[in-house]
Order: sequence, then structure tokens, then C-alpha cells
Amino acid sequence: MLLEIKNLHASIDGNEILKGIDLKVDAGEVHAIMGPNGSGKSTLASVLAGREEYEVTQGEIWYNGKNLLELSPEDRAREGLFLAFQYPVEIPGVSNTNLLKTAVNEIRKYRGEEELDAMEFLELLKEKSKLVELDQKFLSRSVNEGFSGGEKKRNEIFQMAVLNPKLAILDETDSGLDIDALRIVANGVNKLRGKDKAIIVVTHYQRLLNYIVPDFVHVLYNGRIVKSGGKELALELEEKGYDWIKNGKSEVTV
Amino acid sequence: MSNTDFKQWFIENFQTFEKSLNGEKTEAFHRIRKDALSKFSSLNIPTLKDEEWKYTNISPVIKHTFNIIPPEADAVPEIIGKFLFDNLEHHLLVFINGEFRKDLSRLSELPNGVEVGSLSTAIKNNHPVLLKHFGKYAEDSNNLFTALNSAYTKDGAFILVPKGKIVEDPIHIIFLNIAGEEKFITQPRNLFIAEDNSQVTVIEHYASDSDGIYLSNTVTEIFVGENAIVDHIKLQEESLKSFHIGRMEVDQERNSNFSSHLISTGAEFSRNEFTTRFNGEGGESMLNGLFMISENQFFDAHTMIDHAMPRCNSHEHYKGILQDKARGVFNGKVMVRPDAQKTNAFQENNSILLSDDAVMNSKPQLEIFADDVKCSHGATVGKLDEEAKFYLKSRGIGEEAATAMLIHAFASDVIKTIKIEPLREYLEEIITKRFNQ
Repeated sequence: MLLEIKNLHASIDGNEILKGIDLKVDAGEVHAIMGPNGSGKSTLASVLAGREEYEVTQGEIWYNGKNLLELSPEDRAREGLFLAFQYPVEIPGVSNTNLLKTAVNEIRKYRGEEELDAMEFLELLKEKSKLVELDQKFLSRSVNEGFSGGEKKRNEIFQMAVLNPKLAILDETDSGLDIDALRIVANGVNKLRGKDKAIIVVTHYQRLLNYIVPDFVHVLYNGRIVKSGGKELALELEEKGYDWIKNGKSEVTV
Repeated sequence: MSNTDFKQWFIENFQTFEKSLNGEKTEAFHRIRKDALSKFSSLNIPTLKDEEWKYTNISPVIKHTFNIIPPEADAVPEIIGKFLFDNLEHHLLVFINGEFRKDLSRLSELPNGVEVGSLSTAIKNNHPVLLKHFGKYAEDSNNLFTALNSAYTKDGAFILVPKGKIVEDPIHIIFLNIAGEEKFITQPRNLFIAEDNSQVTVIEHYASDSDGIYLSNTVTEIFVGENAIVDHIKLQEESLKSFHIGRMEVDQERNSNFSSHLISTGAEFSRNEFTTRFNGEGGESMLNGLFMISENQFFDAHTMIDHAMPRCNSHEHYKGILQDKARGVFNGKVMVRPDAQKTNAFQENNSILLSDDAVMNSKPQLEIFADDVKCSHGATVGKLDEEAKFYLKSRGIGEEAATAMLIHAFASDVIKTIKIEPLREYLEEIITKRFNQ
């Protein structure tokens, strides 16, 4: 088991957002987490990445045999966890290349591997930037500064490609993307799928799941997973909306 | 020492200073010193009640008794080597404890007529350019420390670039203070003259590799002739127990271009007063600064850009990074006089406080007396962006490296405007050493 979440409760500023989440994700799988606004989807993604504003009040998260909650955000990343941000942060003065070079080498150092030399690193960037059709000139620009919404999301997937995570969490990566950008992003993600890796796609809409086809779909409502199913569940949600979930139907069909 | 004692000390010791001049007591110049001494005795020591000293308490400086004759010291080339920039072709002037050291300096070939050397030589020779410009820009009246510097003027750097001459390589001037048990004062006096259509780059570098107690009271006067270009960098890497009071006065003629960078890791107490004045139309001026202070350091940058003439552009950006209990002051005045129509003036001051105990006082001042101008100013004081830091951490970058990256990024606005690449690298190295251990 790559990820196992047991009875996870988390709150922010004293408000409980997650009220007992159970989820198992195996290597090779793609899970979609869907749900209406305010259901706790982004909170779950944030807790997994280690955002400090959230307090875990109950439960456990096991990742690749390790107690995830005991790891710092940077160690989680070094252990192969990646969060594609819903709102990627602009960092003026830090170039994309500099960020990735530092990240790659810190991760390699943690794993006891040698640092990449400049040539190897540039080669890696060149190869991966093609994956999301990101122009080379973006590399020398400051992280996300002045990027359009679509460029920011592509940059997240580009970073994911370079860091090559075991478990990637895409937090509303589809929001604000036009259909072309969505296709490019989805394409990039699909190329990164593998039998030793897993992806959790957090989304409000079914649209992205036409391109990144999930093995499992979970519906999050009011801090709990109220329904789980296969990819057809996403279509059902698209058709019926979230109201039938809210109206108390909570049987599990898997 | 009380306030009167501080002044009395320098008045009483003037004779000792005169004796130390030996045969260098050129009549014409010595009269300037004596006039300055009498101005010094009539001026008051600034207090917090003076508007220009509102946030700057001078008492930690004046409580010390500084020997007016610095001890003799020798510097091994290795110490000087620490303050040189790798891969930079340059001319080098070295001053140890205030005294010019020809043996440690290195002047490569200079264009005909260009003079780069010590002020003491210019004084000895009654240099006409010295007598024409000395004290004309940094006036003694109203400035106690300038009057003190003028009275005790003995040495410093003297640069003359005649009309139309271009000095390609930067002139790097190192003022190295080597302090032992004894507290002393050095008072370098610099005069840089760039005549019409000339060009020169000067790096004034105040350094110490010990933690001795001394006071550097420096005055630099710069004349930028018509259509001349002067690039000036002041670098301060001093003893953390030292005191630095520095003044720079710049006179800019028509269509001249002056740029200045003040990069400082401070002293226990430092005060830098920079003024640039447009005396003709079409001038360009850039005043940028970056200071990084920690522990109990105090740093004050006091600038004034005087738009006396129309159609001049000024750009000022000062940034500060404060740790521990450090205190910083930025006081930036931009004066746009009634004649200065079509002025463009931009001013910005940003500071980052890395601890809850650090304090920054920022006071931008725009005084505009013309109506067709474009002026802006802004000031921010804050902490490092936590959201950006989390983003970096989520990519596997540790707390320290993430902090260092954000600090480099913060400083980059100022550093990237420095034209000399080896100097930029030297500064990046300083930041790395400070924040990325």
C-alpha cells in the first residue's frame, strides 16, 4: 500500500474540516476525489503536503511505510510526494531553473545520490519541458511571475515531471483551464503514470477525468468520503450534480 | 564622554594632529582645515530632537574616546585578498588605518591625464583641481562630522578624469582598518572628479577583518561633469564593534549620469548620508542600496535627491534585511524645486524583518514645488512570504535553503542593477555565507 489514511480528522482555526477520512491508494492507481465546494477536498490535499495551518486532531496517514504526519513538508517531497497547487505561488527573483535545480539536488542529497551536474540537469529540463509544451524561455523567468493561469498549471505539471514523484496530488489543476490547456496538462500527467506510482486528482468537475481516466472515484462531502466507485461515478455526478449526495444518500457501492 | 567632551577632545588634539602632518602643512590647504575646525567648535552634536536624527541616537558613538592618530599597522596581502573580487580587471588603491599604501596598491595603465592616487599627494602639490572642488559639495556648515573630517583631512582617494577620457576598468579603493586594543578614528576624505564627457567606475570599500573598535568618519565628494558617467559603489564590511559615519555629496551637471549602490553589512552603528544634486537639465541618477544587519547593529541610510533643474530622472531603491535585535532607518528625501518641471522621480524602500525584535523606521519624504512632474514613493516592512516558503519546501527544499533563496530573491532587485559581474558574484557569496550555512 502506497498511501493509507485512517480516520483522519483535521481542523483549521478550531473549525473541523475533515471528519474521519479513510482512503487507501495503491501504486499504479489513479484516484479522483470529487465533491462540492467546501467539502474538504483542498484541505485533504493540504494536510497530505504538510501545510502547517491545519491541525490533525485524530487519525493516521501512512505513506510508503512511513508515518507521514511525522515528516516535514520538505521530507515528504523528498520521499516522493508532490502537490500541484490549486493556486501556484509567484516568487519574484527565483527562477524556475534555480528552484528546480535546488529541489532536485536537495532530494538527491536526501536519498544519498550524487548531485546532477549542470549538463545533466539542463538535459532533464529540456526533456521534461516538452512534455507540457512549455517554452524554454520560461525556465529563466521567475517562478510563476506574470504567468497566465494556464501557464501556472502547466508549470506545476512540469515541476512534477522533473521531480518524478511516487505520489502526485493534483489540487484542482483543471480549474481555470481552457480546453487546449486542459488537454496539454492531462497529456503531461498521463505520461507520468506508471505502475510504481499513484496519482490523486482532486477536482470539482468531471471534465478533467475525460482525459485522466481514474481507477477510483470518491465523493467527499462535509469532511467525509460518502461514496466511492469506479470512473462511471464521475459521469453520474456530472449528470445529477452533487445534490443527490447532499440529500443523505451515502451508501458505498464498491 | 559627554557631548562637550567629544568635541573638546578633537579641538584639544588638533595640535597633535598638526604635528603629525610634518612638512605637509601646505599653507593654502591648512587654512581650510583651520576654518573647518572653527566651524566644528561652533556646531552642536545632533540629538533625537533634530529632525534629521529623529531615529538615530549618536550617544553610543560619542561616549568613546578615539585616538586621533591611528596605530601603525601592516596588512599582509592575504587580508587584502579577502576583499578583492575574483576575475575583475581593476585598479587598486589601498589605505591601511587611513594611510595610503603605495606598496599595496596596483595601478595598471591609465589614459593620458587621468590621475588616480592619494589626496595627500594632491594636497602636497597644491593641485589646482583639489583647490577648486574641495569642500564645495560637502559643506562644513551644518554638518558637525563633515567639519570634523575637513579639519582633520590628511589622506583619502583622489581621482581626476579629464574631459573626454574613459577609464575602462573599475577603480577599487579598499580602506582597511586594523584595530587592536586601542580605539581610534580614521577620516578618509575622497574627491572624485569626472570632467565633461568622461567615464569612470569607483568602488569605495570599507573593510575590517577584526572586531576592533574604531570610528570611520568619511566624506566623499563627486563631481560629474556635463554628459559624464560615474558609476559608484560603496561597500561596507566593517568590524561589528566599529562605528561608521559616512557622507557622500554628488554634483551632477547637464546630461550627466550617476549611479550609486550602497551595500552594507553594517557596523555596530552606521550612518550614511548621500546627496545628489542636479545642476543642469537632463541628468540621470540612481541611488540603490542593500543592507543586511543582525544582533544589535544599527544602520541608517539618509538620502537626498535634489531636483533643482528640469527634465531629470531619479530612481532610488533601498532594501534592508534585519535579523535579531537590529535596527534600521531609511530616510529618503526627494526635493523637486519650482524650476524642476518634467521631473521623473521614483523611490522605494522595502525591508524584511527576520525576527520579532528587529525594528525598521522608514521615512520617505517627497517635497514637490513644481507642477508638471511624475513622482512616486513607497515603503514596505514585512516578513518573508510564508506561502512562498511553503511552496519551496513542498518541492523538497529545506527550511534554511528556502529562506536563503527568498532572501537572495529579495536582494536581487538591487544586486542585478550593479553592472560589474564579479562584484555581483562577490555579493551573492556574502548573502550565501550569511543565510545559507
